[in-house]
Amino acid sequence: MKILVCISKAPDTTSKITFTDGNTKFSEDGVQYIVNPYDEWYALVRGLELKESLGGSVTIVTVGTSADEPTIRKALAIGADEAVRIDAEAKDAFQVATEIANYAKGQGFDLILTGKETINYNGSQVAGMIAEHLDLPLVSLASKLDVNGAAATCDKEIVGGLEIVEVQLPAVISCAKGMAEQRIPNMRGIMAARTKPLNVVAASASVLNTEFVAYDLPAPKSAVKLIDPENMDALVELLHNEAKVI
Amino acid sequence: MSVLVYINSNGGKLSKSALEAVTYGKMIGDVTVVTNGSTGDDILSSLGAYGAQKVLVDRSFDGTDAQQLTRLVGSAAEATGATSIVFSNDLVGKAVAPRLSVRLSAGLVSGATGAPDADGKIKVNVFSGKAFGHVKVNTTKRIISLLPNSFQPQEVGGSASIEAFDGNAGAPGLVVKATKKPEGGVPLPEAELVVSAGRGLKGPENWGMVEDLANELGAATACSRPVADIGWRPHHEHVGQTGVAIRPNLYIAAGISGAIQHLAGVNGSKVIVVINTDAEAPFFKAADYGIVGDAFEVLPRLTEAVKKYKAAN
Repeated sequence: MKILVCISKAPDTTSKITFTDGNTKFSEDGVQYIVNPYDEWYALVRGLELKESLGGSVTIVTVGTSADEPTIRKALAIGADEAVRIDAEAKDAFQVATEIANYAKGQGFDLILTGKETINYNGSQVAGMIAEHLDLPLVSLASKLDVNGAAATCDKEIVGGLEIVEVQLPAVISCAKGMAEQRIPNMRGIMAARTKPLNVVAASASVLNTEFVAYDLPAPKSAVKLIDPENMDALVELLHNEAKVI
Repeated sequence: MSVLVYINSNGGKLSKSALEAVTYGKMIGDVTVVTNGSTGDDILSSLGAYGAQKVLVDRSFDGTDAQQLTRLVGSAAEATGATSIVFSNDLVGKAVAPRLSVRLSAGLVSGATGAPDADGKIKVNVFSGKAFGHVKVNTTKRIISLLPNSFQPQEVGGSASIEAFDGNAGAPGLVVKATKKPEGGVPLPEAELVVSAGRGLKGPENWGMVEDLANELGAATACSRPVADIGWRPHHEHVGQTGVAIRPNLYIAAGISGAIQHLAGVNGSKVIVVINTDAEAPFFKAADYGIVGDAFEVLPRLTEAVKKYKAAN
């Protein structure tokens, strides 16, 4: 089983989100980067579990600059065998997906796993784009993944429930909560990660279909209106007449 | 400008997110809708009331297979010459829109919360709802997928013509073995009213009062991450950064302190009501209405008040 796991860096979930350069750029001041949680907790860990039960290898791939190497080393410490960094600044989902698809083409990966979305851009785009580039089936937002021979069975979220689907390998799977449990790297893993191969490959073509040209923050909330806990009629009246939501 | 809107009409009725997508398309240009399956002509032609001029329907296949739908919407885009293609950013849109973006070499803007401005920039949710981004599309064609519950469907009158359409959908990429739908209730991502609770409720046996309030309001139920992780509630009810992100009109949270990761999943809510014994709980800073009190007393009291209000109105 040859598995490719796509990872991205993301600001730590507790990061304060601010912007610089006239609100055109995300401010990295004091921001700690982590492996995007969906990529790490679900895609990478499930990939490792499959390798442990079926044999094979887990390669991680990211599109990024040398600044991304600490997050790549962390993913190696959790247990991936090797890493590939495609040397370009990731700016757009189409660019990232195109680079990864170009890298993966002809390498014989049975499974290409991604997280369901990044927690910074929330696009949920890369998995579908890789699948279309490579003409592979995609299981979008899978919460369970089992491999049986040349096929995989997945639980896949649908509106108001889930579907159990079967897909022929090779396939692309975007991974959501439920697929695996987070693993904390141990000291041996961290030591081993230092010497695992991290191959840097040149970017192929960087077409930007879309660009983020500006950002803004939501308007600050006005102060909370406190309601007497004894008087819920007053709350209902406010929800009806003032907020107009019931 | 010619706009193509994909809607999922499976199940024979039109979801709110479908009507939102048609309304959004109408803001941009002349709307043609494309769909598949067996939904009746009378139901489809009612999309005219929301601004659709024509509905292309491929009755040769049912379901929501991403590869089939990509081929179908791609064929319809070619047939209509549409330069904007609109999806709802729901579970189907998330699987189909990225594929179509590659197929048509069209820039994809996902999670749109606003119509294109004069320069064509589109506002989207980023950083899990903690900020907005403005996206410029560099391609001739563009695909926009809308964050559900960001636009109210608007009736403009009219009825749409129906045309049979062969989308060359081909074979599905996935084989559906079984479908599981939880019994009853309102699906959380589409719910306009949501009642949610956290560890403050002390145990799964106390969820009756959450459900009572939800039933009285016609609301969906939700929970915080710790509650889902310890198995008091199913995972699909977990709202937050790593769970479901929701944007209801009303979010009532009882016994949830309001950690930043929880807020990321709910800060798109129009009105937030927080019930907590701890007046210092961070959630009060994000709330519109706050009740410093014991959920065990406040929830039943609120349920009674809603009952009374409903009886009087």
